Amino acid sequence: MRRGSHDVYNVPSTELIGFGLSLGAMTSLRWYSIASALLLLALWQLAAGWTHSSLLPTPLQVFEVLVAEVRTGQLPYHLGVTLARLLVSFVLAMSLGTALGVALGRHPWLDRFFDSWLLLFLNVPALVTIILCYVWLGLGEVAAITAVVVNKIPNVMVTLREGTRALDRDLLEMAHAYAFGRLKTLRHVIWPQLYPFVIAASRTGLALIWKIILVVELLGRSNGMGYQLHLFFQMFNVPAIFAYTLAFVIVVQTLEFLVLKPLDAKARRWRR
Amino acid sequence: MTEVQIEIARKTVPGAKGRGPHLVIADLRIGMARGEFACLVGPSGCGKSTLLNIVAGLDRDFQGRVDFGVGANRPRIGYVFQNPRLLPWRTVRENVDLAMPSDLRDKQLVDHLLAVMGLTGVQHQYPERLSLGMSRRVAIIRAFAIQPTLLLMDEPFVSLDAPTARRVRQLLIKVWEERAHTVLFVTHDLREAIVLADRLLFLSESPMRVIAEIRVDIPRRQRDQEPVIDSFRRTLIDEFPPLRGLL
Repeated sequence: MRRGSHDVYNVPSTELIGFGLSLGAMTSLRWYSIASALLLLALWQLAAGWTHSSLLPTPLQVFEVLVAEVRTGQLPYHLGVTLARLLVSFVLAMSLGTALGVALGRHPWLDRFFDSWLLLFLNVPALVTIILCYVWLGLGEVAAITAVVVNKIPNVMVTLREGTRALDRDLLEMAHAYAFGRLKTLRHVIWPQLYPFVIAASRTGLALIWKIILVVELLGRSNGMGYQLHLFFQMFNVPAIFAYTLAFVIVVQTLEFLVLKPLDAKARRWRR
Repeated sequence: MTEVQIEIARKTVPGAKGRGPHLVIADLRIGMARGEFACLVGPSGCGKSTLLNIVAGLDRDFQGRVDFGVGANRPRIGYVFQNPRLLPWRTVRENVDLAMPSDLRDKQLVDHLLAVMGLTGVQHQYPERLSLGMSRRVAIIRAFAIQPTLLLMDEPFVSLDAPTARRVRQLLIKVWEERAHTVLFVTHDLREAIVLADRLLFLSESPMRVIAEIRVDIPRRQRDQEPVIDSFRRTLIDEFPPLRGLL
């Protein structure tokens, strides 16, 4: 992230100081987290051993089911279907929400007009949107995606509206005085300011879409994680429910860790 | 080089709550010849920055007009604002390069300016790691680097230490003499204005208008002699008593 040798003594490892931790403390902190996770696992094992019921499987049982489901290809298939829906609705919600949010942030009259609409959509329960989408659009893929997108857009809009309102007027004036032009202004002046808001909207958005998409699948699709969980629920197959949940959590965390966190760090690199 | 004709009949800004609009500029007329160096001198808060913003085309909400000569396009404007206004997510070097039109990219010029301003060592740093004085110098480099035909400077040397300010002032004159361009320079420091300008324009408190126009006839070679500047300043204040109230 830093270029030029002079940085080395000017800025002594800002990142670590920023957290108020030394390298040693960081390592011991990691062990602390691992120990905490292990304790959770141990508690689960204890509880399962104590109840001794098929309704609370042990970690090992869950792991076995997980492996079996992966082998048959069932879990990868349904997980894949859900991820595909997630990707499509995420991209749609982010792009539409960003465009609308920026428009509201730039034009106060538009904002005043749509404020009450936004308030309404923010407060309609997700389940209601899902039911109405299925009723109006039929039990199909379009309805499923629409339901997720409609649920998510208001949140993205609100975040990006704030971001747009916070745009630095001084810098926009500078860009204008120096005749930057539209494209250059967008790329070098506006986008870097909106970027952190887009990332914030993405992170909260992912968490929200996850939860909604399962309900969407449960109510009106014949594949995907939500559909499978529904099936297991009817059969009271708790180990499978645990196994699918685990797979799900792992995928989400991987996304967060490998994609969103690095993007977030990139947005902050110029900060002191 | 650009000729500038400024005629502002009326410029108001929204007043405080419950009060009408506040009149900032009234009946202001300034004409500048090509390649002229003019200093605007006036009390702070009188509307000088507003005037520069109007000339730069950033503020269009006024009655009047700003012309850059018959049939002329918008001049290439270098603007040193009161605050540095650097893009914090771009390095010093990138900030300067970005302002330059693509057909005018001159790497050597930027290298030279960075060296003269003592900023070569920090050119790849982000502005938030610089001191205010350094950031101001970057903003000045940016304005010089685009080789403007019209240079607007809004108290650019405030918060530079005295030796640096003197050096940058000399650089400004050198750049200006090498490649003639029109300069509109705002300051409230009369001594600085006398050192730099062909012509001084004294401005009143709001509503702002020109109350005196004085040509500085000291030859450029003698401008570094303090006694010469001082005596000019004294004569000026003796001849125009109203100036005393402004300064």
